[in-house]
Parts: sequence; C-alpha cells; structure tokens
Amino acid sequence: MAATPAHADHGPQGIRKYLFSTDHKVIAQQYLWTGVFMALVGGFLAYVFRMQLAFPGVAVPGFGVVSPVEFNAAITNHGSIMIFWVAMPVLIAAFGNFLIPLMIGADDMVFPRINRLSYQIFLLSAVLILLSMVVEGGGFGGAWTAYPPLSSTASYNLTPLGATLWVVAVGLEFVAFLLGGINFITTLMNARAPGMKAYDIPIVCWMIVIASILFMLSVGPLIAGAVMLVFDQTIGTGFFNPATGGDPILWQHLFWFFGHPEVYVVLLPTIGVVVEIVTTFSRKKLFGYRLMLYTVVVTAVLSFFVWAHHQFVAGIDPRMANIFTITTLLISIPIGELFFVVFATMYGGSLRFTTPMLWALAFIAEFIIGGATGIYLGSSGADIYLHDTYFVLAHFHYTFFPITIIGGFAAFTYWSPKMFGKMMSERLGKIHFWGTVIPFNFVFIPLFFLGLRGQHRRIYNFQNFPELAELQPLRVLATSAMLVMMAFQAVFFWNLIRSLRKAAPAAPKNPWEANTLEWTADSPPPHGNWPVDQMPKVYRGPYEYGHRDRESDYWPQNEPA
Amino acid sequence: MGRLFPPEASSFAGSIDGLIILVTVLAGFWLLLSEGFFFWLVWRFRARPGVRSQYLDGTEKHVKRWITIPHGVVLVCDIFIIVAAIRVWVTVKQNLPAAERTVRVVGQQWGWVFQHPGADNSLDTADDVFTTDDMYVEQGKVYHFQLQSRDVVHSFSVPVFRLKQDAVPGRTITGWFEPTRTGTFDIQCAEICGIGHGVMLGRIHVQDQADHAAWIAASAPSAVR
Repeated sequence: MAATPAHADHGPQGIRKYLFSTDHKVIAQQYLWTGVFMALVGGFLAYVFRMQLAFPGVAVPGFGVVSPVEFNAAITNHGSIMIFWVAMPVLIAAFGNFLIPLMIGADDMVFPRINRLSYQIFLLSAVLILLSMVVEGGGFGGAWTAYPPLSSTASYNLTPLGATLWVVAVGLEFVAFLLGGINFITTLMNARAPGMKAYDIPIVCWMIVIASILFMLSVGPLIAGAVMLVFDQTIGTGFFNPATGGDPILWQHLFWFFGHPEVYVVLLPTIGVVVEIVTTFSRKKLFGYRLMLYTVVVTAVLSFFVWAHHQFVAGIDPRMANIFTITTLLISIPIGELFFVVFATMYGGSLRFTTPMLWALAFIAEFIIGGATGIYLGSSGADIYLHDTYFVLAHFHYTFFPITIIGGFAAFTYWSPKMFGKMMSERLGKIHFWGTVIPFNFVFIPLFFLGLRGQHRRIYNFQNFPELAELQPLRVLATSAMLVMMAFQAVFFWNLIRSLRKAAPAAPKNPWEANTLEWTADSPPPHGNWPVDQMPKVYRGPYEYGHRDRESDYWPQNEPA
Repeated sequence: MGRLFPPEASSFAGSIDGLIILVTVLAGFWLLLSEGFFFWLVWRFRARPGVRSQYLDGTEKHVKRWITIPHGVVLVCDIFIIVAAIRVWVTVKQNLPAAERTVRVVGQQWGWVFQHPGADNSLDTADDVFTTDDMYVEQGKVYHFQLQSRDVVHSFSVPVFRLKQDAVPGRTITGWFEPTRTGTFDIQCAEICGIGHGVMLGRIHVQDQADHAAWIAASAPSAVR
C-alpha cells in the first residue's frame, strides 16, 4: 500500500474495524452488504407472494401455505424493505459514502463519527423491521403506505406489535439517512480537492447530494406523522381517528408529501451513476453539464408539488386534482430532458459495451417505459380507473426496478474494481445481465395488462373475483419469469465470490480509462485514500473524453495541462 | 382473456377508455420514438477500430436545438393530455348531474352494505332495502351514491363502470354513475383494509326497469316479513 504508515494504521483493525471504523469505505461496504442482505429478504417475500398469486393455496416451497395475514405482511414488508432498506442504503449511502470522498479528492467524510452513527442506527432499524415480521400476531400488513385507521388501530390491523415496530423501524431509518445526508452535503461543499470548482464535480456526487437535500426537506412532515402514528397506536391519541376529531387523510398528505420526492431521492443517484458510466464508455463529454444540473434542480423542486396525484380518488376536493394533474404532467419535461442529454452524450461516441455499460443502457431503455406509463396515472381522468390496480404496480416497478436493481448492478460492476481491487468476469457479468433484464420484462409487462382489465392490488387470491379469475395465465407467466430472474442472480454471486479469490486477477488503478479522481487512488484505496503528500489536484471537468488536442481519448481531472 | 378492457357499463366508461387510448397514442409515440432512437444510437456509435469519439460539449446553439425542439413537442403533448384528463375528471368527479336515485354504500371490514331507496325513491324511509355485498341498480338512471366507512379506509371500485372512490371513516363522499348495460358485475374494495381485504367483494346487478321494479317489490320490508 502506498499510504504513509502514519495515515494507514490509524483505523481499527479486525472485527473492531467493522463495528467502529469511521473510514468512509468501510461504512460504504457495511451499507452495501446490509442492503444486499435486505434485498435477499425482500426478494424472498416477493417469491412468497408471487407464488401464492400464481398457484393460490398451494404450499410455497421453502415457506408453506400462505395465509392472508402472511400475504399482507409479505407485500407490506417487500415494499418497505425494497425502498427503505435496499434502494436507499445501496444507492445513496453505500455509493454516496464510497464515491463522494474519492471523487472529490478528500481523505474521508468531514464528519466520520456521524457517519458511523448513521450506519449503526440504520443497522438497528434493519434489525427492527426484520423482528417486526416474526413477533406475535405477525408482521404489519397495512401496505407500505400504512394508511390509518388501519395502521393506527390494533383492533383493525390485528398486528399491534408488528405495526408499531414497523413505524419505529421506518422512523429510525429516516434518522440514519438524515445524519448521512448532512455528511454528504457538508463534505461536497467543504472538502473538495484544490482546483475543483462547482462545475468540475462529477455528476453522481451532485445527484447524491441533491437527493440528500430533497430527502431532508421532505421527510420532516412524515417523521412528525410517524410519531403521531405511534402515539395513536400506543397511548390512545386520535390524530388520525375521526371518532376523536382526527383525520385519516392527514396521514396520506404527510406520507405522499415525502413519498413523491422520495422517488427522486432514489432516482437521482442512479441517474448520476448512469451519467458516469455512459460518458466513460461512450468516450464522450457529457452533453450540457449545467443543463443537466439545472434540470435536476427543477425536477427536484417540482417534485414537491405533485404529491396529491397519489390521492385523486382518496376523498380530496375534486378541484384539487386538476392542479396536481398539471404539475404532474409537467414533470415529464425535465425528466425527458435528462434522457435527451444522455442521448446527446451517446451521439457521436464510441460505445464500449462492457458489463456496467450494458446495465446503464438497460436502465435508460427500461426507465423510459416506466416514465411513459406514468403519464396514464398522472392524468386524473384515467387514474380514476387505473388507481390501485396492477397498472400502477407495473408502472412503479418499471421505475424502481431499473433504479434500484439495474442501477445498483451498474454501479456495482463499474466501481467493484476500485472497491475490492479485483476484476469481475465480463463473461459471467453479461450472462447475469441478460438473465436479469429479459425476464424482468416478462414479469411486469403482463401486469400492465392485468391492471387494464381492472385487477386491483394487494389481493391474495384473485380466484375469488369472477371477472379476474380467467386471467390466471398472465399471473403464472409473471411468476415464472420472476423465478428465472431470481435463479440468474446466483451467477452474480458466483462471479463476485470467484473474483474475490486471492488468485483472481487484481484490478489496475484505472481499468476503464476514466477521468474522475477515484481512479487515481490504489485499488482498493487505503485508509485516507491517497498518501498525504500526494492528494490530488484538479485541473479540469470530469468528462473530457475524446478531446481534439490529445492523442489519448481521455484526460484525467488531476493531470496537469 | 383476449380483450384489453372489461366491458363498458356506465355512461362515462367510454370517455375514460378514450382518454387511456389518447395517452397511449401520445405517450406511445414518444416511447417508440425514444426507444427507436436509443437503439439506433447504440448500433450506430458502437466502438469500431480507428473511429474516435467526437468532442461535443453542448454549448453551441445549432447543437442545442436538438434538445430544445423535442422539448417543445413534449410540452404540446402534455397540454393535450392535461386538457383531455381534466375534461374527463370534471365529468366523472366534479360536476354531478342531478340524481334520479340515491343509494348509500357503506364499507366495513370486510363487506359492503347497500341501502337502496324503496318504491318511494327516497333514502332513510321505512321502505329502504338493505343488502350486503349485492347491489341492485336500474339501467339508464342517474344514481348518486353516498359513500361511507364504518372502520378503515376502503375503496368502492366497479371496474365495468370505470368508477373508483375511497370510503373514508368520518366522511360521506357523494359521487355518481349511470349504468348503461344490464348484467351482473364485480364490486371490489381497492384499498387494503386488513386481513379480509382479499375477500371483500360484492356484485352489482344492473337491471332493466321491469326487473328492477320487481326486485323492489319483492324486497320491500313488508314483502320480506
């Protein structure tokens, strides 16, 4: 290791390293592996309820017969876990922690101990959500949106302990990400390498920081709401209980005022990841750096004014729906622009189809479908029919799956050489890629058609509904494709474990010939990232690929002119 | 199987399906155009030996218009969809036509209670007909429904009517529909309401005038007694 001894040995070693380390890279890996573990849990829940839907009443291998209580708990916790314990820790916390200091040329986060505290609280919240599924009475089954009075009243949900643990776990998760977010924002503002101006920051760092700001601004009302909900559950207050003067719809506003910006909180980091990968492997400068940055800020601001499109038929004043239809459809303009920018970046490039590039391109192709189908739901008139159907479900899986799973694999395969110092197999990576992306479409396209036929959500057996029973072949198709997709995940883990063997090829410093600063550190970077006397300086923006005046088609940020 | 939508059985079902088709045409145009362009880019600019990437930074105006023009077209499409969506919304949810019949729909864990007006055609009188899970309406009449909930949030959903409205405890929400096709159709609860959510279903029986009058006569409290 090139780090000076004085800097390299000041972190704890052995098991204490993973309990008490304040190194941003260790914390990033803690978040990453916790997120991967939770993804396996969330995936298992999806397996349980999809099997029940395709083969109702048949014992699910590895689980048994699914009761309605278990079905409701499975869908509720699948949603909660995939958003709060997979998408956020992997995309924001893991890659935010790993990338921000490395990409801006800092030796660590500015608040390393807050960073450690953030992970410890997050871990506690993950333990609580897992516990909430096995306590007496069963896990909470009131959907991830947790609408009261169902969520607030034990005699309605019949899972008093599970429901309270669920709310507390979600609340703690929010605290963890508030702490993490403070760190990301402050680090980006204060710890940049000499010479790195605002427009020289790699887009992914901007995206994670804007996502953190968005999260901080939107989550406050929901934290208040969560406290009120716990009080309603445990000490008999009636904030959401109409019998005591409360209002159930208040919760829906608090939830969706956070819930819609939350979509962009997880979307933005993936957009950033895709920009890094597409510029690197197109060998092209990002088309319109400032345009992209401003567009994202506009999207973020607009996302605060669309929340009631989740509530068109919830009993709000019908006139309000007209305003929210307008704001919702207008968001298609900045989102469309983000994709135009990526297209323009690919135009005239020299595209290298490495595994991370394939994931990034798949994100673009699949997310466009998620975006286009959102137009149906933003149109209030059409939403009357499509609300709470499988059309909604298919739509948001076409956004969240590309964001979380496809975007997550894009980031993982791109930065794993830096993270672990080992190259993964491209051949296995591509098998895993096609084995994930092709079945994904066969899982969710049938669900659009089920939704158009009026199939509503969160029903454990559609055979009870005369008009829906005959659609069973589509459900079996979706479940079968899901099983194929899950089986292919074994290829990823095999590839990963294979690459981590001692004998596997070590990664060079800059395997992808990229410009940003993380590729100038050792693979993996030591504690402190660079030797103290060799901290990088920045001379240009991050996307100077294919410059006319140079022989090589890339130009690292730290290379003097 | 085979068909895209369930049958249309209310006066506004056709306009909602029409809106969905309009969005399909406009959003579908953009979807196909952008996917097509995307795959063309992937094919056209694949790395080839000896071909270097171009250096474009997106600051020149004649290059930037490739972004600003599609921008404008997206906005025009948005405006079309917004206008169409609001027109349908106002018809279905905002401006209620005068009621010819009024029924009360009450959701509870886990079933629906329907209070139909009797022969006197007014609610809350002695000849009201109460049923659970089966609702009876007459074809061609404008109905107002007064939607209530006894416990948690439910959602009154009749797919063949393209109608959905949440039932919120503590409120009475009034909406309307006009059945246009006789038959028996599903009523769903479309908002998760506890462990019995999956079995909370009803049936709506749309009858012609003679059948409906006969049903009222047969169901009058005096007749039952």
